[in-house]
Amino acid sequence: MNNEYEIIIIGGGPAGLTAGLYASRAGLNSLLIEKGLVGGQIADAELVANYPGFVEGISGLELGQSMHQQATKYGLNTIIAEVTGIEFQREKKVVMTTKGNFTAKAVIIASGSERRKLGIPGEEEFTGKGVSYCATCDAFFFKEQPVAVVGGGDVAITEALHLTKFASKVTVIHRRNQLRATHILQEKVFSEHKIEFLWNTVVEEIEGKDTVKRLKLRQVITGEKSTLDVSGVFISIGLTPSTDYLKGVLPLDAAGYIATNERMETEIPGIFAAGDIRRDSARQAITAAGDGATAAIYTEKFISQ
Amino acid sequence: MNKPITIDDSTFDQMVLQAKMPVLVDFWAPWCRPCIMTAPVLEELAEEYAGRITIAKLDVDQNAKTAAKYGIMAIPNLIIFKNGKPVSQIVGFKPKAELKRSLDAVLD
Repeated sequence: MNNEYEIIIIGGGPAGLTAGLYASRAGLNSLLIEKGLVGGQIADAELVANYPGFVEGISGLELGQSMHQQATKYGLNTIIAEVTGIEFQREKKVVMTTKGNFTAKAVIIASGSERRKLGIPGEEEFTGKGVSYCATCDAFFFKEQPVAVVGGGDVAITEALHLTKFASKVTVIHRRNQLRATHILQEKVFSEHKIEFLWNTVVEEIEGKDTVKRLKLRQVITGEKSTLDVSGVFISIGLTPSTDYLKGVLPLDAAGYIATNERMETEIPGIFAAGDIRRDSARQAITAAGDGATAAIYTEKFISQ
Repeated sequence: MNKPITIDDSTFDQMVLQAKMPVLVDFWAPWCRPCIMTAPVLEELAEEYAGRITIAKLDVDQNAKTAAKYGIMAIPNLIIFKNGKPVSQIVGFKPKAELKRSLDAVLD
């Protein structure tokens, strides 16, 4: 396999795929490195209703695959591998992966973000034994059983709605007194009789024996403690950037995100960042795609300098 | 080419519990994206570990009996069986290097 490219793009979500489309159409020899499945987080979404141009919405998996096909049509190369680090050799950037090293003149980092964990006792112990981070994957195993969802954003509410198809009761536990989820989702969730809400409440511990049995809760305003009997708990408290391989390579902010200017340039010449991984990203498929296009256009200018 | 084999409730006993070689069973379902992400990695492993470990796939949606027997509550869920007993379990999408460590540990 060829190991030298003009651009290497890390991450195959909407940001990386759009960058790949623009770079390939600009005639640049481009490689996209994805660790799992192209599409990124959007591939989890049953229906993406806010990506412009699709009046009836489109499945996330289909949107991701279409973006990939379109970029591939113009010559984008893709490998499935995990990036382990980046090194700088004079004008070249070396991207180290589980399938060998690849070099390029410029790198676009678009590796996005992944699910954040609660970091409480019992969470790790019962992962796969009632603690889940993917309702689409695991709701099936909780037929006619009580479950909880922790979180109040779009993903948490979408997961709570999905769980009502299987579980006997769904309790949404949220640390604030109102949801962050969009208006449309809120209307749906408040009219769903299987869903109950515990506001201003946090989970302090997950208890069980072999599998999850109950949650220890604390009301954040009154400090009152209580328990809730559940067979499963779905944790959906937002995202954390996938930047482990960048520690020591690039300055990251306290939360692990990358700062860029409006051209998606990082502090290191020839290294660009796009999408969810960027500080202040709106974390939408369309804004990530926009970042990807911007990054590719300025990468092309950087290379031709 | 050595490929993962497909097993079900009716063949599990023969193909896994009575197998001479260790068997990695991938409990999966078509609606599970991390399961779909794991599939190409398992195909590579089936090739790399040919003759040493059998890689088998069991769809939990069609084979609830076996999934319940092993207490599957999350997928992807990979259980390695040796001499008819589960000896190692990996839950969730994991990079290939981690899967190889688990397979190598069972082979030692």
